Amino acid sequence: MTGSSIWLIFLLPIFSFLIITFFIRPFVKPTSRIAGYVTIAAIGTALFLSLRTLGTVMAAPGHELVIPEITWLTVGDLKINVGLMVDSLTAVMLVVVTTVSLMVQIYSLGYMQHEVPDAKPGDRGYHRYYAWMSLFTASMLGVILSNSLLLIFVFWELVGVCSYLLIGFWFHRPSAANAAKKAFIVTRLGDFGFLVAILVLYVNTGTFNIPELQEMAIAGTLAGTTLTWAAIGIFSGAVGKSAQFPLHVWLPDAMEGPTPVSALIHAATMVAAGVFLVARTFPLFAGSVTAVTVVAVIGAFTAIFAATMGLVMHDIKRVVAYSTISQLGYMMLALGAAGLALQHEGRLTVEIAKAATAIGIFHLFNHAFFKALLFLGAGSVNHATGTFDMRQMGGLRKAMPWTFYTFVIGGLSLAGIWPLSGFWSKDEILAVAWDTQKLLFTLVMITVLMTAFYIFRVIFLTFGGEYRGSHGAHSNGHLHESSPVMVGPMVVLAILAIVSGFWNVTGGFNAFMGHGETQSFISGLFGIFAHPLPWIASFVAIAGIFLAYAIYGAKWISAESIGKTFKPLYTLFYRKYFLDELYENIIVRLVLLKGIFAGLEKIDTGVVDGTVNGLANSAYDSGNTMRRTQTGQLQLYGLAIGLGVVAIVLVLFLAG
Amino acid sequence: MSIGLEHYLVLSTALFSIGLYGALAKKNAVVILMSIELMLNAVNIAMAAFSNYIVPVLLTGQVFVIFIIVVAAAEAAIALAIIMNIYRNRETTEADKFDLMKW
Repeated sequence: MTGSSIWLIFLLPIFSFLIITFFIRPFVKPTSRIAGYVTIAAIGTALFLSLRTLGTVMAAPGHELVIPEITWLTVGDLKINVGLMVDSLTAVMLVVVTTVSLMVQIYSLGYMQHEVPDAKPGDRGYHRYYAWMSLFTASMLGVILSNSLLLIFVFWELVGVCSYLLIGFWFHRPSAANAAKKAFIVTRLGDFGFLVAILVLYVNTGTFNIPELQEMAIAGTLAGTTLTWAAIGIFSGAVGKSAQFPLHVWLPDAMEGPTPVSALIHAATMVAAGVFLVARTFPLFAGSVTAVTVVAVIGAFTAIFAATMGLVMHDIKRVVAYSTISQLGYMMLALGAAGLALQHEGRLTVEIAKAATAIGIFHLFNHAFFKALLFLGAGSVNHATGTFDMRQMGGLRKAMPWTFYTFVIGGLSLAGIWPLSGFWSKDEILAVAWDTQKLLFTLVMITVLMTAFYIFRVIFLTFGGEYRGSHGAHSNGHLHESSPVMVGPMVVLAILAIVSGFWNVTGGFNAFMGHGETQSFISGLFGIFAHPLPWIASFVAIAGIFLAYAIYGAKWISAESIGKTFKPLYTLFYRKYFLDELYENIIVRLVLLKGIFAGLEKIDTGVVDGTVNGLANSAYDSGNTMRRTQTGQLQLYGLAIGLGVVAIVLVLFLAG
Repeated sequence: MSIGLEHYLVLSTALFSIGLYGALAKKNAVVILMSIELMLNAVNIAMAAFSNYIVPVLLTGQVFVIFIIVVAAAEAAIALAIIMNIYRNRETTEADKFDLMKW
């Protein structure tokens, strides 16, 4: 496994982007699917290479490959190198991104052919869609592979741009265009912190290189307030990208994009980039108690906060989107709590710090598959019914058996039911939360209940009961299963959602991530139940499912009556805690427009314009005064000349 | 008493000062022109006197005087023509009324 084949993982989607942009889009008719095939071929090859990389990294001593760096540019003393960082974290992420991306690209062949609201007839936007999907995949792989914070930042922004372009894919719809802008601007807020952190680190250490920074943080040359602020700055970038509170508002709106885009970008990969970034720079966090505490608290709060909103949404994609935010909160909590646990250890090395990220990354790994599956399922449902509103669905179990069964597998995995993948990673998060902070543990336990409840609410509303919609998406009006090209990827992801957790059944994943520095509390497929925690967590999850069944399946309790009983709470959840209103009306309209922008405008007109205009005015005024001396009276000039001569003569005479 | 360089120079200075006064103080353009001629001639006297008293063998200064007289004649012709034209347009020969381009 050479460096060049790892470079190829990143370059293949870039090539496919360039080919589509420069050759396919101008010369091939828009109904052709060739752009899709090119993308699938490129990403398929990248997946193959990623799996080989994973194998090589597993075999390599220290689970790390050394790839020579390339000098990108030299400006004076500033020398910026481009290099790859291939360790266990990279290898795992490569496989996640390429696998989910490949499944989504295949699925899109079917999905995008169908759904073309408002577009010109015949134009399905295949070329545009696949060009951006390729560019996104390449940028995401760039984030994963880069060994320098600067380069990560470049790709970080590039995935943001792709997200913007793809959320606004149906830009004819104002809601999609607005959602795209919102996503871009809100994440930019976090990125500002990230950029500041990069600069702080560079000023203090003179390097962007991540392995070097990790070493410095562990050795203590980088410590104290600098380290804390740098870590919090990096975390603020992660908060924006991973949609953590208080910058989570963009993710539910991002559902305006095509569903496969939501599955890839807003469920499995880009939003996980924030978690990845924290994991990548984890040694920096490990050196600061404040930073890890912030990560853990924000993560736990986001988990429960987003889950409450997921309870009440009617839009199937939005429920899944809130679930994504909530699950990302889990991952952040896992990282933060593991960081807190490190504080009690006497010895700290880069390996130990990296090992601590295993729990969060394992959840990321499992979540990517089952959440992508849930989104693709939601897309499939939308394909049949023409809506995302669950009130217009119901009874799809019979019409769409494949979608139903795969969705249930995804739901069970999300709820954390043994032995699906979600169970293995979620229980580890619960365990690490229990070890560090009982309050966080309680929050997460409540979230487990809510998670099981809301995802089974979706399942009962969508697939159970009778069909409530007025018409199907088709002219003949009957519901049918999606085409094999869509069902296939869902089946693959469903299989992954079942088996991906087994990697850690005997602690294999933790050992891989941690270079053998950690032991998992998980011990075997059945051995885990020797511990009381999985019993409690499973009981709570099953209680959530049962509650969903009682309300939406069997209808023993009426959902409306509960809604009425807890009216204020329901309104609070349904209106998303009024945060959109708070941001838009208070922060944007009042604080920004009326406060800061108006103040800046005063400074601009007063100080800046005042200086410029003042200079011009003083020149004008002095000129105006001076020209009065130019009377145009020749005799006056003559007098002046005469007096001047007399004066000169007198001076010469007296001086001489 | 013999006539020396000083006497010529005093005459020249007196003529020059009278001319300067006239050029600066008079309003009538023709009078101003006359005053300028007076100043030129004051210079001519000084030049001829210097030439005669300081370098008698050379006629440089006196030749120069001839040139000045010629140029002054040409100048007077042009200036009078200009004044004539201004008078036709402005109905005046007073210099401070020539204010077309004044602010």
